[in-house]
Amino acid sequence: MDLLAHLKDLCTAPGISGYEGRARDLIRTAWAPLTDELHVDRLGSLWAIRRGTAAEPRPRLMLAAHMDAIGLMVTLLEGEFLRVVAVGGIDARVMPGQPVTVHGRRDLPGVVVQPPAFLLPKASREGVVPVSELLVDVGLPAALVAEQVRVGDVISLAQPPRELQGGLLAANRLDNRASVAAVTACLDELRARPPAWDVVAVATVQEEVTLGGAITAAFALEPQLAIAIDVTFGAGGGVRDFPDRTFALGSGPALGLGPNIHPKLHAALKATAERLEMPYTLEAMPQHSGTDAFGLQVARAGIPTMVVSLPLRNMHTPVEIVALKDVQRVGRLLAEFIGALTPDFMESLRLED
Amino acid sequence: MAKKPAARAKPAAQKPQPAAPAAASLPPEVAFLKQLSEAVAVSGDEGAVRKLILEAIRPHVDSVTVDALGNVLAVKKARNGGARERVLAAAHMDEIGFMVTGHDSDGALRFEPVGGVDDRILMGKPVLVGPNRAPGVIGAAPVHLLSQDRRTSVVKANALRIDLGVETAEAAKKLARLGDRGTFASELDLLGAGAGFAGTLRGKALDDRLGCATLVELLRAGPYPCELHAAFTVQEEVGLRGAKVAGYATEPAAAFVLDCTPALDLPHSLDDRENVEYNTRLGLGPAIYVADRATLSDGRLVRHLQRTAASAGLPYQLRQPGGGGTDAGAIHRTRAGVPSVSVSVPGRYLHGPAALARLDDWRHTVQLLQRALEGWSSKVWK
Repeated sequence: MDLLAHLKDLCTAPGISGYEGRARDLIRTAWAPLTDELHVDRLGSLWAIRRGTAAEPRPRLMLAAHMDAIGLMVTLLEGEFLRVVAVGGIDARVMPGQPVTVHGRRDLPGVVVQPPAFLLPKASREGVVPVSELLVDVGLPAALVAEQVRVGDVISLAQPPRELQGGLLAANRLDNRASVAAVTACLDELRARPPAWDVVAVATVQEEVTLGGAITAAFALEPQLAIAIDVTFGAGGGVRDFPDRTFALGSGPALGLGPNIHPKLHAALKATAERLEMPYTLEAMPQHSGTDAFGLQVARAGIPTMVVSLPLRNMHTPVEIVALKDVQRVGRLLAEFIGALTPDFMESLRLED
Repeated sequence: MAKKPAARAKPAAQKPQPAAPAAASLPPEVAFLKQLSEAVAVSGDEGAVRKLILEAIRPHVDSVTVDALGNVLAVKKARNGGARERVLAAAHMDEIGFMVTGHDSDGALRFEPVGGVDDRILMGKPVLVGPNRAPGVIGAAPVHLLSQDRRTSVVKANALRIDLGVETAEAAKKLARLGDRGTFASELDLLGAGAGFAGTLRGKALDDRLGCATLVELLRAGPYPCELHAAFTVQEEVGLRGAKVAGYATEPAAAFVLDCTPALDLPHSLDDRENVEYNTRLGLGPAIYVADRATLSDGRLVRHLQRTAASAGLPYQLRQPGGGGTDAGAIHRTRAGVPSVSVSVPGRYLHGPAALARLDDWRHTVQLLQRALEGWSSKVWK
C-alpha cells in the first residue's frame, strides 16, 4: 500500500470532534478490504473486525486510534465575519492567517483573522490574541454569509499536506490520522499473517474533547486487551523546549509506561520491538496518558491497556510533522505483536504472581 | 492527543456533511495572478516575479529593459506613434518575507523578517525557502506543555526557527544558504464565486501582485494617447528603493502607482462601536489616494480618476487619508518632481499568508486605469 498517499488523504478529510463523518467514510474505504466486518457505533466510532483463527470463544484485541481532530465552531455572525470558539486544544498562537473550511450549508474556504490592534481590547493588543477575539473571514458579502452559515457550524483547519526532507510529512490533523494510518498498515500486514485473536480496529470519535468514543466502544466491544495508538511530542525542528518530554522523529514507536498502562502488556510490546530489532523509546506517563487509553483502561471491569505513540512535532498546529517510517514501524510493531498472540496470552498478564 | 484531561460534555449530534466542491476552474486573468501570487519574490530577490512579467509583457510593449536594481522598465508608445506625454504606471514586484540568517547545528534555520511582518503571524506556518523553494515549517512548542504565561506570550522572530526536515547544518545549507530568502507557502484560490458574486481571492503577496497584474493588463490593452512607461519595481517593502530610480530613469509627466492597501473594515472586538479607521472597505472598488504618510496626491490626477470613474460608471472609494505609503512617495520627488497618485486594490490581511481581495475590486481597478489612460489629454492639467 502507498502509506504516504493514504496518510495525505486522511489529513485532508475534515472531522472535528463530534463531526467525524467524512474522516470515517475515508477510513471505512481503506479498512473494508483489510477486515471482515465493519460497524459504526452509537456515537460514530468505526469498528473494523478482523476475525481470528482460534476456536470460539476467541479473545479480542481492540486497537483504538482516534479519528477526530481539533477545530473551531461558529458562535456569532457579525456581518461578513464569524466569531468562533475552540473545539479541543487549539493553540491561539498559531491561528492568525491559517486557512480553514467553514462547514456551512456548503463548505466555505476562509481564513482565521487577527483583527488589527485598534479594534482589540487594550489587553490583547500586544500579546497573543485569544480565540475569543479572533475572527473567521470566508470572503463573502454579509448577506451570503447569513445565508450559508449558522451558529454551531464547525470549522476545520485546511492547510494542505506538504512533504519535507527526510521522509517527513507536515500536515494538519496528523494528530491522530498518523495513528489511523499506522493501524491501516497493521491491518495490511495482518493479511499475510492471520492472527489467532479477533482484532477490532476502532477509529474513535471525540478523543480531543471527552474520550467519549473510546469509553463507549470499549464498553460495547468488551475486549480482553486494548491498545491506544496516538501521537506524542516530537523533538527537533528548532524547538528545544522540554527535552525530557519529547522524542526524536524517526526514533520509532514510543512505548508508554505508567498507571494508565498494564506493565506486562508494556513488557510484551517492548519484547516484540526487540525481537524485530526495531528502534523504540520509552515514554514515561506518570498520570493521565492524554490518550484514549485513559478511557479504555476503566471500561467495564477494567482492561489491560497499552499506549503506543508516534513522535509528532508542532502538536495541535496545522503544521504537525511526523516521519513516515515511524508510522510504518508502529503498524509493523502492532502487526507483529498481534500475529504472535496465542489464545492463552492473557495468562501471561496475571499480576498476582 | 487531547490537550487536557477529559471534561464532562454531552455528545454532539452527528451532522450530514456534503462532499467538498470541486475546485472551480479559474478565469484566465486569475490564472496568471495565481502564478504571480505563488512565486516567491522577497525584497531584493524579485527574480521569480520578474521572469513571469517579462514573459507576459514582451509581446505587448515597444521596449523593455531591466535596470541596475532589477526594476522592469517597459515602454508602450502612444497611439499613432506621435510623441505624447510620458505617463508612468508603477507596481512593486517584491513581497514581505524573511532572510536566512543562520544555521543551527540541528538543521534548523534562523531567519530575520524582511518588510513589515507581525511576529504573531509567523508561528505554525508553512514556508518556502531558498532558490529551489524548499518547503519548511515554522515550528511551535506543544501548547499542552506550556505554562499559561507562555501560551499567551508572543514568540519573537529571532526565537523562531524554520524546520526543513533535515538534521544537520550541512544538510540545511544545501537547501537554503545564508542570505537566501523565503516566505509563506500559500496557494492562490478564488473563494465563493457563483450566483452573481465574482468571488474573493485568497493568497499571499496580493500586495502587490495585484498591482503587477493590473499593470500587465494595461500593457496588454492600449496603445493610449500617451506614452505609457511601466515600472515593475523592486524593494518597495524596504523603503521604496526601486521606485526612486525608476522614477528618475523614466522622467514622466505624471505617475500612477498601483498598489494594494489594507481594508481594515472589521468589527470592533466585542462591542458595537463603529470602526471609523477602516482605511478602505472590501467591495467598494479601487481606492484612490488623496494623501498618505509619504505623498500628497496631485489633485488634478485624483480628479481625472474620479471623473473617469463617474463617466464609465465604475465604483471607487477614497482611501482614508493617513498613514501608509506607496512607491509614489519616492516617485513624486524624483528629478524636478512628478505629479503622482496611487490607486490600490483594497485587501485584508495583506502582510500575511492568506490575504483576501475581491475579484471585482481588482477588475474595476484595471478598468479604471485603462479608461484613465485612454482619456489622457492635456485637459487633465487644466
